[in-house]
Amino acid sequence: MNLFDIVGPVMVGPSSSHTAGAVKIGNVCNKLLGEPIAHADIYLHGSFAATGKGHGTDKALVAGLLGMEVDDIEIPNSFALAKARGMAFAISSVDLGDVHPNSVKIVMQGVSGRVLEVIASSIGGGRIQINKLDGCEANFSGELPTLIVRNYDQPGCITTVTGHLGDRGINIATMQLHRKNRGGEATMVIECDQQVPEETIQSLEHLEGIYGVAYFSPKK
Amino acid sequence: MFESVEIICREEADTGVPFWKLVQLDDCKERAISEEASFAAMQQMYQAMKESAQNYDEKRKSNSGLVGGEAAVLRKYLDSGDALVGAFTGRVMELALRVAESNACMKRIVAAPTAGSCGVVPAVFLAAQETKGYSDERMTEALFVAAGVGSVIAARASLSGAEGGCQAEIGAASAMAAAGLAYLQGASGDICANAAALALKNLLGLACDPVAGLVEIPCVKRNVCGAMNAVTSAELALAGIRSAIPADEVFDAMSAIGKEMSYKIRESGLGGIAATPTGQKIKEQL
Repeated sequence: MNLFDIVGPVMVGPSSSHTAGAVKIGNVCNKLLGEPIAHADIYLHGSFAATGKGHGTDKALVAGLLGMEVDDIEIPNSFALAKARGMAFAISSVDLGDVHPNSVKIVMQGVSGRVLEVIASSIGGGRIQINKLDGCEANFSGELPTLIVRNYDQPGCITTVTGHLGDRGINIATMQLHRKNRGGEATMVIECDQQVPEETIQSLEHLEGIYGVAYFSPKK
Repeated sequence: MFESVEIICREEADTGVPFWKLVQLDDCKERAISEEASFAAMQQMYQAMKESAQNYDEKRKSNSGLVGGEAAVLRKYLDSGDALVGAFTGRVMELALRVAESNACMKRIVAAPTAGSCGVVPAVFLAAQETKGYSDERMTEALFVAAGVGSVIAARASLSGAEGGCQAEIGAASAMAAAGLAYLQGASGDICANAAALALKNLLGLACDPVAGLVEIPCVKRNVCGAMNAVTSAELALAGIRSAIPADEVFDAMSAIGKEMSYKIRESGLGGIAATPTGQKIKEQL
């Protein structure tokens, strides 16, 4: 928290958690997919489902998926803007089980056909957490440049990736490891203090044992 | 960030560096930015507050249809000549409604400290500037004073209705606005801290009990209460009347009360005004 969390942020109301947080979730999803969204299925959970309409959570999520920021005065018009830009969407309620009350599942399909499923929560004061990507644990805040590296669960993968970043002067702020099963598919979620250049992301993809790299940067 | 108003006041008394500057220098250190960048960022916040009041649209209703248009109703009454309150007080009330209603109607506001309490600080600050003609620079300095008070409340208690009830939102906003207004009128840090203490004491224990869980009823009109309370508290402090309990201890009391509050009156929409028969009926009709 800093001084401009006390006086600030500038945002479209009415709620930091149900409106601003929802815009942020949509925006992170948009950046994670990395291409315009052709279709999005939005599943609201808990308080998002119960009070979302009154708080404009639905409009806020769609605004974020279109790439808007929390202070964009067009947020209330996001449904019409989505139509104009060719982004189809459907909104329904769901029980996601034991997750934060302000949570949402979004299944997106990009214009190239790429599909991504995200589960995220708005955890208060406009701060968010991306919980799952395509069913894999992710748990990042969207505040820092974040690498999501898919790798095979085999010795040396982590050293290879962290060494690769270290050699390029990129400092790791936080790091998490998840795997589905021993020796199978695994995920590293790495929050960095610096932006990760495009060529570094591409070179990471070619490292031994790595089969996919996604990158999220909070920079506008 | 500072964790004690008393420490800021003592530093001001010892070094002669004003309260607002100490808060600003701390921000510069924390975010590794220049004094110019920090000042410009706060000035931008003040500008956004002005715009949030200017861009009020009396025809706009909230998504639920429960809120909107009442600042214009109040203005009509104030202009009728029947009002008891004077021009400054009436303007504070009107501005609080304008900004809080704008928030409920999905317009752009500055969360200060939260979206639900966004009308309090702008109402007091903008009315003071209109009446007294303070420069934007001075308004920005006062906003640093308000932010400094808010950050100490955040450190010692909370600024979230879900954690501490409405005292943590409207109460904190009122304390911030009171301190800022006292600064505008030439008060030392010590008097500003007194204004904040007096303001928050009046709103301790305030429940967060929104009807249907929406930031509308009673939130919008509580912004008027928070703003008026800030004005009266600043005036008391400026008159030389002291809070018997220092600001830091009032913040601690707020924290303790928040912990004793049932979850039903902490933004769940289950208790208080939300649980009244009419509150329930409104919820069912949405």
